[in-house]
Amino acid sequence: MLGIAFRIARRELRGGIGGFRVFLTCLILGVAGIAAIGSVREAIRAGLESEGATLLGGDAEMELTYRFAEPEERAWMDAKALAVSELVEFRSMAVFGSGDAVENGLTEIKAVDESYPIYGKATLEPDIGLAEALDGEDGLPGAVMAPLLVDRLGMEVGDRFRLGVQDFVLMARLESEPDEVGGGFGFGPRTIVRTADLADSGLLQPGTLFETAYRLKLPSNANLDALEAETEAQFAGVRWRDKRNGAPGVERFVDRLSSFLVLVGLAGLAVGGVGISTAVRAYLESKTEVIATLRTLGASRNTIFMTYFMQVGILSVVGLIAGLALGAAVPFAFAPVIESQLPTPVIFSLHLWPLVEAALYGVITALIFTLWPLARVENVRAAALFRQAADESQRVPRPIWIVITVLLLALLVVVAARLSGLWMLTLGAAGGLVGSFLCLAAAAAVARRLSRSAAKSRIARGKTAWRMAFGAVGGPNNETTPVVLSLGLGLTVLAAVGQIDANLRGAIERDLPDVAPSFFMVDIQPGQMGAFAERLNSDAAVSDVQSAPMLRGTITQINGQPAREVAGDHWVLRGDRGVTYSAAPPDGTNITQGVWWPEDYAGPPQLSFATEEAEELGLSLGDEITVNILGRDIVAEIASFREVDFSSAGIGFVMSMNPNALAGAPHSFISTVYADAGAEPQILRDISKTFPNVTSIRVKDAIDRVSEILAGIASAITVGALATLVTGVVVLIGAAAAGTYARTYEAAVLKTLGASRRTVLVSFAIRSALLGAAAGTIAILAGAISAWAVMTFVMDGDFVFEPVSATLIILGGVLATLLAGLGFAWGPLAKRPAQVLRARE
Amino acid sequence: MTEAVLSLQDAWLSLDGNAGRVDILKGISLDVEKGTSVGLVGPSGSGKSSLLMLMGGLERATQGHVSALGRDLTELDEDALARFRRDHMGVVFQSFHLIPTMTALENVATPLELAGAKDAFGRAAEELAAVGLAERQDHYPSQMSGGEQQRVALARAAAPRPDILLADEPTGNLDSANGQAIMSLLFDLQDRHGSTLVLVTHASELAERCDRVVSLSDGKIASDDGAATQAAE
Repeated sequence: MLGIAFRIARRELRGGIGGFRVFLTCLILGVAGIAAIGSVREAIRAGLESEGATLLGGDAEMELTYRFAEPEERAWMDAKALAVSELVEFRSMAVFGSGDAVENGLTEIKAVDESYPIYGKATLEPDIGLAEALDGEDGLPGAVMAPLLVDRLGMEVGDRFRLGVQDFVLMARLESEPDEVGGGFGFGPRTIVRTADLADSGLLQPGTLFETAYRLKLPSNANLDALEAETEAQFAGVRWRDKRNGAPGVERFVDRLSSFLVLVGLAGLAVGGVGISTAVRAYLESKTEVIATLRTLGASRNTIFMTYFMQVGILSVVGLIAGLALGAAVPFAFAPVIESQLPTPVIFSLHLWPLVEAALYGVITALIFTLWPLARVENVRAAALFRQAADESQRVPRPIWIVITVLLLALLVVVAARLSGLWMLTLGAAGGLVGSFLCLAAAAAVARRLSRSAAKSRIARGKTAWRMAFGAVGGPNNETTPVVLSLGLGLTVLAAVGQIDANLRGAIERDLPDVAPSFFMVDIQPGQMGAFAERLNSDAAVSDVQSAPMLRGTITQINGQPAREVAGDHWVLRGDRGVTYSAAPPDGTNITQGVWWPEDYAGPPQLSFATEEAEELGLSLGDEITVNILGRDIVAEIASFREVDFSSAGIGFVMSMNPNALAGAPHSFISTVYADAGAEPQILRDISKTFPNVTSIRVKDAIDRVSEILAGIASAITVGALATLVTGVVVLIGAAAAGTYARTYEAAVLKTLGASRRTVLVSFAIRSALLGAAAGTIAILAGAISAWAVMTFVMDGDFVFEPVSATLIILGGVLATLLAGLGFAWGPLAKRPAQVLRARE
Repeated sequence: MTEAVLSLQDAWLSLDGNAGRVDILKGISLDVEKGTSVGLVGPSGSGKSSLLMLMGGLERATQGHVSALGRDLTELDEDALARFRRDHMGVVFQSFHLIPTMTALENVATPLELAGAKDAFGRAAEELAAVGLAERQDHYPSQMSGGEQQRVALARAAAPRPDILLADEPTGNLDSANGQAIMSLLFDLQDRHGSTLVLVTHASELAERCDRVVSLSDGKIASDDGAATQAAE
């Protein structure tokens, strides 16, 4: 049976693959999209891996918060490493000029020693060595600064500026630093100076928020695991990283984003799947006579099925290979563009795994979408030869095929979830796709039914173009279902991406309270608080100043157990958090449970925890929280829960302790300043002049920075969705093209009956618009629900329906259907009726 | 002399095919008088159907003139031709050519609608009843037998009361019983509406039911039993 099936299949394919252009395009685009995303991900991973030491700035790094290494810690490092480089990182203000012409800029200072950088090289403009630059000139220490800040302050190389109360000479612009990616997110542009030169700056005082990092150059045979374990066992509060994972933040980000993009790619493949299915169905319908003839000649159901299964299989393999080749080639072709867009090194080569992954997705998708139409060929009977239309081929396939299709669908979801590692998101995406699919199928059925009624109703009578359009949408053997499904799915994905894009870009602005503070001011020394408050409170332009003491601490244990083991990977447990203290609850505090300690409380440490976060962590009153502050473990009992609104952009601390608990711990104050926008520059100048150690962060600048990052993510998602868009357009064109034959015939008959070309064209246009509208309406709904789910469950954000992008996408979809429909109507209209009708005689 | 409803003067039809240019019709001159029925006969490939297509404006003469009811069809554009057919002609094909997405009633109503008829559906229903398909008006073509489909096509052609009825082997795809029924209906319609009928057929007994038989061979008129009558008149 297989032999004869193969021989027939081969003979059929000799006729060319013209009918399979859409099939191949959809499969190639879908597979290529996923392969390309995976290949770029692997290229980034390879880059991170090979350049791990450079990205990290050493073979390993030991990081401390608000303190330098103790002598015994330093001695341990010197004993283990070939070289050690000490870095101090903190935020401060760079001040240029004097009097009214003074310019201030927030900067992330990296203070280094002579050994920096252990690996790699800083690129400076002019092209001098970093050591030479930091040596300075004319008896002043040197500094190099990111071009962005140099320009913002209006400086030139050779100008002098201040950090704290120390003058520096700007020796060069810092074009790139070798270890910038490993550092992660920073609010301000970089300035590099020597740590020794900051001794008299007044910046590194007790309570200042700074971090130190010790970069180690290790012997090539060093056992990184053993060293890591030794560090964790011997030194409290030391965070270890090594070159095996030089930029963990970047890698995690790339992994998550690419997994998300693979899901977007899968949505593209699903859209393509509709095209694949439509193409196979159209092809098999055109083969009805051949199939009926084969049946007449004695071919069994299985022979027929295998004949066409093999044809589709051979073409699928062709499509898969072409898709994989394209997907593997695209990253190479766009290597310069990709490299320029990424902060990390990228190593492009042929990565096998993403291709296997894409092939797996391609095979399963092709099977899911071709089995149904293929299985229906079993229903074609020899009698089809004697009928104008073969209704049997429209029947639902045998139950076994439905079961197999459902199993394949489940397999696809499991594979996608396992490969992406995002179970919930994959299940959600699969649920969303299946839901959209069902909604669209229902919409197509409703559209058909309504059109059917409309065609028969009196309203349409006399309006021939309308009635013909209604008849075409509602009648048998039409393109309604495939067009609504493919267009609708494509539009749903695009609408969802559009909503996510708009929500991400607008997230910060939307979530910002009506009255946001002008500045966060940090590192205010306790002794400066009086004068600081006086300056601001006496300013009529300042409406409010809120201040609180601030320390930073890491929650290490909950009730004596490691915190992460108890409460999982919650953001509150990641890294250090702000901790404050207060004798009495600040004004407006809403205590939801428990009581605040008495003002003169002097007992064991007590703690008030943010209500919402406590619920997420599963905390209750009386629980003991161990917070490591400056290397000292403080065990505090939860005495109360209170509401903290982090979205108000005011001061919000997850934890507040009784003052005695933190007595003696060096700390500084943080203030939020609410002022008229016009008064902001003067306040900035005054504060940086009077309190040079105080760092002022303009809230607007910080918001812009975060918005930039969110816009970047939104762009990546939009680019990822481009494959879906292209596939959607191909499917649409395919559907329109598939209908050409039917439309040509219809136009010929109508012209014979006396219809003008205009009437026929208007009828075709109405038909396309009806289909577009049906698909678009569902797409808005399904897209919005999907976007809501992604924003709520994946991005942890709020969702607001954004009508403009939704409307534009839907109008675009309707227009695209219309244009594709009309584009393919031109040919049918131009043909003489006799040519068309004679061909069917 | 009786008025000529259809008139062809030295009409040529040449088509470009893969094997080069082929002359299908070679200088046909023919007048068809009002109210008469003309049978076009001849072997396969002789050009019968092509001649019918020229008469209906479905095909454009490469050379010469084709006029109907005094209008030169060769000078009309596609839309003007469509309007002319709408107002004056009905065509019946061997393969019925019903629109598959429309029911029987809608198929018949379409030319009436295109002509702006007030009660298109009422009249369409009457026409369907006249061909014995009152019960099948909501059925799609795919739900009907060949004979039934051809009766719908006949009703559709006759519904606008055309001056000219063109029929291209209307019984070619039917068994003899159905074929005879269709021919009876066709001649009956012609009688009732006083239309001029041009019928392409292979069957000599059908051609003989016509007032005049024109025989074609290799794109030319081989014989015309009406020519002598015309000359005598």
